[in-house]
Amino acid sequence: MKQVLYTVTGNQELAPGVWEMSLAGDTSPITTPGQFINIKLDGFFLRRPISVCDWDSRGLTIIYKVVGKGTAVMSAMQPGQELDVLSGLGNGFDVAKCGQRTVVIGGGAGVPPMYGLAKALLAAGKTPSAVLGFNTESEIFYEDQFRKLGIETVVTTVDGSYGQKGFVTDALPENYDYFCACGPLPMLKAVYNASSTSGLLSFEERMGCGFGACMGCSCKTKYGNKRICKDGPVLEKEEIIW
Amino acid sequence: MVDLRVNLAGTELDNPVIPASGTFGYGYEFAQLYDINCLGTFSFKGTTREPRFGNPTPRIAECPAGMLNAVGLQNPGVDKVLSEELPKLKACFHKPVMANVSGFSVEEYAYTCAQLDKAEQVGWLEVNISCPNVHNGGMSFGVCAEAAAEVTKAVKAVTTKPVFMKLSPNVTDIAGIAKACQDAGADGISLINTLLGMRIDLKSRRPLLANGTGGFSGSAILPVALRMVYQVYEAVDIPVIGMGGVSSAEDVVEMMLAGATAVEVGAANLVDPFACKEIIDQLPQVMVKYGITNLKEIIGGAHHG
Repeated sequence: MKQVLYTVTGNQELAPGVWEMSLAGDTSPITTPGQFINIKLDGFFLRRPISVCDWDSRGLTIIYKVVGKGTAVMSAMQPGQELDVLSGLGNGFDVAKCGQRTVVIGGGAGVPPMYGLAKALLAAGKTPSAVLGFNTESEIFYEDQFRKLGIETVVTTVDGSYGQKGFVTDALPENYDYFCACGPLPMLKAVYNASSTSGLLSFEERMGCGFGACMGCSCKTKYGNKRICKDGPVLEKEEIIW
Repeated sequence: MVDLRVNLAGTELDNPVIPASGTFGYGYEFAQLYDINCLGTFSFKGTTREPRFGNPTPRIAECPAGMLNAVGLQNPGVDKVLSEELPKLKACFHKPVMANVSGFSVEEYAYTCAQLDKAEQVGWLEVNISCPNVHNGGMSFGVCAEAAAEVTKAVKAVTTKPVFMKLSPNVTDIAGIAKACQDAGADGISLINTLLGMRIDLKSRRPLLANGTGGFSGSAILPVALRMVYQVYEAVDIPVIGMGGVSSAEDVVEMMLAGATAVEVGAANLVDPFACKEIIDQLPQVMVKYGITNLKEIIGGAHHG
């Protein structure tokens, strides 16, 4: 973890209420896909934890859904604005644990970290595929970006307005050997139950500090109590207690 | 040159700044960020006899200028604190640490304090009789002068270390409870713990916290804390550790003027992990600005003439 001052270089709406923000600055604290940053916003006491979608040596991309007053303020930010950020938080997805044919599964606001993960898996010489789940066609984002990586990508919509009708669990590839998932809790639970292999699941929780000090986001696992912010947000399938 | 040293119940602190219990873990998250030996000391995570997971999540809710928490005293239990946490701490913190203790019965407080009394690293015991987040828990002791005195006596009987009783602000007569602790042998008073609060989600129409209520902390509570520290300073002759909403060197000075010998910083650590270091770095110039050469001399300064 490191406190970094980032400069907003872009902020655009990808789908109704879903925004992509580009930040320039020191990304050295970000070492693993699935980590998050915690953003200080003027007028709000607590920081806003948002997962990292993608990063390189000069900057990073986050994708966030406007769900409250804080994210609404973020959506109005303009290029040039500076943000006080705690960067490189959480454990992220351990690429070394992932199989050769890992399927990355993202649901809604859980899609963004799976993009950085897919890139990291490719860079590690693996051949991942992606399943991206949305409620309806208008909510879809980043399908093209996944396809441009050259990986097999299936989009599902609950109402069948685009892609395959149904849930992500209806579209799991046939011969995957590992899975990584991020999305709403019911989706994670469905993936956990439907999956035939080991895997990693990324969880969300209300956080106080985001770096392991306050015990605000603790959960019980088979390996003992864990803090979602520091020991997670990524947990192994085998340790999860529902 | 300005002098930041204060004397806390017989032990000199390099400065009065102390991260508050529950916002600083057992030290290492912060030791990875800066050398925590710059602190006066710190009060470690509230420790109980048995390990505790605490309350279900969500345990955190935001408020204007503050936050609610209902963690519920998650901690590994006193045995693990002694066998694992304190040895790990020794590697990164070379000063006496303040042991924060909670309990659910007078016997449990006494047991846990007796165990921590054995630890050489522990310089002070801070006995939390004010946690708002555990049912049938610590706060019932802190809202009643007789019960507060009973815990104080039981703890004093098992330790030679200075005992600070940490009081709840959710009472009608804070000075009376502080006085009862002093009369029962307390070496000092810590206040305030969090204010009992609640937030409700407009969509679900239910409390935001799984526990329903939680403890309100953050800059919003500074005036309440100052008032109570001021009142307790008038009521007792033992040192007072002031806390509640402190987030700057100016707040530290203000708390000391109200009567605090040392000052704890809580929620600010969670928003800015460098908060305590920055406050300590800022203190000398704030002292110069307000004509203070020796910080000890301003303790209770707001009470004179």
